[in-house]
Amino acid sequence: MKPPPFRYYDPQTLGEVVGLLGTLENAKLLAGGQSLMPMLNMRFVLPDHVIDLNRIDGLSYIRESGGALEIGAMTRQRDLEFSDLVARSCPLMHEAIRQVGHRQTRNRGTLGGSLCHLDPSAELVSVAAALDASVTVTGPAGERRIEFAEFPRGYMTPAVEPDEVLTGARFPLWPKGHGWAFVEFARRHGDFAIVSAAVLIDEDQNGKIRRASLTLGGLGPAPVRVREVEQALIGQTAAAELFRAVCEACRKVEAMADVHAPASYRQHLAAVLSRRALDAAHARAQERG
Amino acid sequence: MSEMRKIAVTVNGRRHEAEVEVRYLLADFLRHLLGLTGTHLGCEHGVCGACTILFDGRSARSCLMLAVQANGHEIMTVEGLAPGPDKMHPLQEAFRDNHGLQCGFCTPGMLTTLIEFLRDNPDPTEQEVRVAISGNLCRCTGYQGIVAAALDAAKRLHAAKRG
Repeated sequence: MKPPPFRYYDPQTLGEVVGLLGTLENAKLLAGGQSLMPMLNMRFVLPDHVIDLNRIDGLSYIRESGGALEIGAMTRQRDLEFSDLVARSCPLMHEAIRQVGHRQTRNRGTLGGSLCHLDPSAELVSVAAALDASVTVTGPAGERRIEFAEFPRGYMTPAVEPDEVLTGARFPLWPKGHGWAFVEFARRHGDFAIVSAAVLIDEDQNGKIRRASLTLGGLGPAPVRVREVEQALIGQTAAAELFRAVCEACRKVEAMADVHAPASYRQHLAAVLSRRALDAAHARAQERG
Repeated sequence: MSEMRKIAVTVNGRRHEAEVEVRYLLADFLRHLLGLTGTHLGCEHGVCGACTILFDGRSARSCLMLAVQANGHEIMTVEGLAPGPDKMHPLQEAFRDNHGLQCGFCTPGMLTTLIEFLRDNPDPTEQEVRVAISGNLCRCTGYQGIVAAALDAAKRLHAAKRG
């Protein structure tokens, strides 16, 4: 198997990347390559130009700043997996990342690549939606920030212009003692999820829910925040019966059908996985709180 | 004809210089240009794990990398594992003794994956081994022998370290 012919560029600076993007037609950015390379091998994509981001310095970092985690676009998934800072401050991401592909693909795969590929079932995309992340892109006019809610324009289509490159993402952190869970159903370990549920929950000392976030992946063209469930949880006292009742609303979320599962099965999974994720997140909030 | 590039790559401790098409896969570079056919190609789209190599010490699928991306980097293939022509690596010995292979197609990927895994986690549980090789498909063994070999290799490596 061989990718189609293309011209290859391995710039060393972001400025060069933006310059290339501004002059080349039909160019593709190559980050970790764990999605683009199979697509090239299978000739699902036929770019005339491939711009490799792997030789650019300064796009790989994980740091805490102003109550958020700032992560560079070329940070490898492996580095997220083994980061103490991520595990301590953003345990949802830590739990999700271990379900992303396999060791060999996490060694190469990057945060920015995963966000821009925007697979509807991708774990990191769901984490970004769950945490109300924002991303930074750089183009000819400089930097701009995009709220993650505005990021997916459609199926696997991010709101990044052809002459822009994603350089980093910012994940606002939840308070110490919050509960979290990332639960997914996939046919095999490491596969993209058929459906995933990401939950964050913040409770007061009496178990009253102050804030909740529920994100379903794999249902529609992009992960969906289930605001109806989030609203129904706020102000209530966390309990298994409450979770079971509110998660029934997940059966009404619009779902797609494909070779893996019909829409009705996805909706069933959405309700079950949401409940399991809420149970787990609540248990953790109690432990830590 | 696609664009050509000169590259220099260190493979199993030896430096190689070559001119390659920029679209040439790293796996094809290793197999066809360097003749290192120990790296196997199964699916060629990142699913089967047979082509796993170590790229600067980290496992990676060589079918999902371009040869030009290896320019200036270090690669270890399964051929770089044994200390000499008549001596195998303890992991290879454990595979032989535990029926960790039958047809041998997945073996190079299993070995390179486990080299990294046992380096990071020298004392793994059975479950951890199963997760570690979850990105490597084997159609012969049912994985039992491979898991047993990995656990046995961990013991052998400990013993070797204690000398």
